[in-house]
Amino acid sequence: MSTTNPAPAGTAGTAGTAGKQVWTELRGLREGVDLGTPPRDGEPVTLTIDGVETTVPAGSSVLLAATVAGATVPKLCATDTLECFGSCRVCLVEIEGRRGYPASCTTPVESGMTVRTGGERLTALRRGVVELYLSDYPASDIEGGWSEFHTTLEQVGLTDGLPADHPYRGGDHHQHLAVDESNPYFLFDPAKCIVCSRCVRACQEIQGTFALTISGRGFGSKVAASQDESFLASECVSCGACVQACPSDALIEKSLFPGGYHRADSGQA
Amino acid sequence: MTVRICVPCDAIALSIGADDVAVAITAEAATRGLDVSVVRTGSRGLFHLDPLVEVELDGVRHGYGPLGADDVTSLFDAGFATTALAPGAHPLALGPVEAIAELSGQTRLTFERHGVVDPRSLDDYLAHGGYEGLRAALAHGPEHVVTEVTTSGLRGRGGAAFPTGIKWRTVAEAPATPKYVVANADEGDSGTFADRMVMEGDPFCLIEGMTIAAFGVGATHGVVFIRSEYPQAIATMTAAIDTARAAGWLGADVAGSGHSFDLEVRMGAGAYICGEETSMLECIEGKRGQVRAKPPLPAIEGLYGKPTVVNNVVTLASVPWILAHGGAAYAGHGVGRSMGTLPVQLAGNIARGGLVEVPFGVSLRDLVERFGGGTRSGRPIGAVQIGGPLGAYFDDDQLDTVLDYEAITAAGGLLGHGGIVVFDDTVDLAAQARFAMSFCAAESCGKCTPCRVGSTRGVELIDRITAGDRSARMREQLDELCDVLEHGSLCALGGLTPYPVRSALQLWDRRRASGTRSTDGHGSHGGAPA
Repeated sequence: MSTTNPAPAGTAGTAGTAGKQVWTELRGLREGVDLGTPPRDGEPVTLTIDGVETTVPAGSSVLLAATVAGATVPKLCATDTLECFGSCRVCLVEIEGRRGYPASCTTPVESGMTVRTGGERLTALRRGVVELYLSDYPASDIEGGWSEFHTTLEQVGLTDGLPADHPYRGGDHHQHLAVDESNPYFLFDPAKCIVCSRCVRACQEIQGTFALTISGRGFGSKVAASQDESFLASECVSCGACVQACPSDALIEKSLFPGGYHRADSGQA
Repeated sequence: MTVRICVPCDAIALSIGADDVAVAITAEAATRGLDVSVVRTGSRGLFHLDPLVEVELDGVRHGYGPLGADDVTSLFDAGFATTALAPGAHPLALGPVEAIAELSGQTRLTFERHGVVDPRSLDDYLAHGGYEGLRAALAHGPEHVVTEVTTSGLRGRGGAAFPTGIKWRTVAEAPATPKYVVANADEGDSGTFADRMVMEGDPFCLIEGMTIAAFGVGATHGVVFIRSEYPQAIATMTAAIDTARAAGWLGADVAGSGHSFDLEVRMGAGAYICGEETSMLECIEGKRGQVRAKPPLPAIEGLYGKPTVVNNVVTLASVPWILAHGGAAYAGHGVGRSMGTLPVQLAGNIARGGLVEVPFGVSLRDLVERFGGGTRSGRPIGAVQIGGPLGAYFDDDQLDTVLDYEAITAAGGLLGHGGIVVFDDTVDLAAQARFAMSFCAAESCGKCTPCRVGSTRGVELIDRITAGDRSARMREQLDELCDVLEHGSLCALGGLTPYPVRSALQLWDRRRASGTRSTDGHGSHGGAPA
């Protein structure tokens, strides 16, 4: 199976007969595409995503099944190297016979499920959520950005950021928080942080260091190293798992900024 | 013969001088050489009469209240410790307590012992029907417990109204062990106090309910998670657990049944969100109080990833009565799918605040007017918030809705934990909308984005609406935001905040359109076009 062409729609599992085999094929997919949630071994489960019948192992998420089926579901906090978390609320879908708009990353597949990943209603909700992110993200860093966050902006049609007269403008924000450049290899710019906890989870699940956490609550929630120390002074071992996991370039390698990191002083979006 | 004089030790009574009253009665009786024993009981829940002192003569409790320490001498002078004073014989005499209309009109099942027993006395509990439910459970087996609770129609009293029997069945059938029972006593809804009253007035009832649950599902350990703002409840619960353990009602061999179950009290740290069941479990595990995504349900993977019954205090405290009298007897009360009784809590601008346990089916107007006596200020009712800080504001003309989960939902609200907060016609409804949004902002755990960022944006939008800054455009955006909160949030905090926000603003609009009152202070600005 090709590793770069991830999604011949619905074929990943339909060819499989035994449960484990389904999974073997999915492992091949991982090189080229983010499945959204970690692959699982299990008996085959068949469901319909946007009209495409798809078979994935039991225990998989709807997000993974949608990816396998060739659908593009925007997401921010989900990635297939970390357990699902359900915080970004961008990967919402509709499931026939269920109320509301469940997050596809935290919803396990069930046999016979009928899922819709697009449509006017979902688009409006996703845009509504992403507008909230944009209301606390540097306006000057939206155009030309290459992070996963920017991909999500494209997917929901918000590449221009928030208009100058948007009602969310002028509100409370975190754009004034200082950049942490204490670590020799990477820096943390809280202005670009979307508080998805991917760094925190990478530190726990991948490295097992537990150096990162979210401190505060509500709008004051922010990524903190150890007891709100600098990254260098914290228990961080500079493994880089958090940098790898960050979808919005808030955690980024210093080597990318040879002349030093300069935050474009643009105020909030 | 010693005369028992009961003085409440409930936090409400304590806050208005019940301890001073108890001291004064003891001192005055000693001075006069009277054989009096002052017993500290829970509260009857008639807060307008608190501190309500009861003198037991010939087996009848005669009430006096609201009583201050400086009223004590005149009551002794009138002979209240030896003679039943009729109403009128003394300005504070109320006659037999059980005959007080606001109490006699109630149907007390869950709160049957409240104000009657000494909450710290296991003997008193046993003398008033205590542990009959557990005895019935042990005699008939775990399956009987789940069946009776299912038959009773009992639904979660914390707010979600999920059928308790189904939840217990799920935990009972889950293969993993050990299993846990967690009582949610993080009662954070404004205007609610039923959980607190259970713990302060009849703590053994909660212990018995949890023990029955544990027996029914096969759990061996339980936790009562109490908010830190309830020091009396924490002290009373802790003492009662120790007493129950010492008497063999908790521990390795509960009441000689061979079943092992023990309990501990865990204290919250001031976060409303830890009343959300998955945040509470995180908190008990020693982690940041943050909502978990579901599935898995706590019934399958709850505390420490093990099958866990998580129920509200009132739910668990209703179980002993159900087991003692049968699920069918409980289901005989109520209407439709809302069976049994609900301890309603009346608060806010109300003449007779307190706890009113009634069968489902009673109208909200009955509760607010007949039991509550209307507003304390005497002005017309302006709005009534049903179901706590995430519940909708009802207008006067919606008060004929009956107490019934489905009926209240159909009327655009939610019954929640049964709190009713009354406002008179001077209420500033725009300010109430802002309060609802700022409550969400203050209490958000910060995990999901609609709640974490949206609640702060919501407060900003409401401020601009009331300031007349492009109000129409801001209002449109607020509506979109409420949509995102309602449909995009991870848990009920963000998901339900639009209920009070939208309903308060609708009433605000209605008031301004009818021009009935402009006391909200923003009426002349809020409607200005962008």
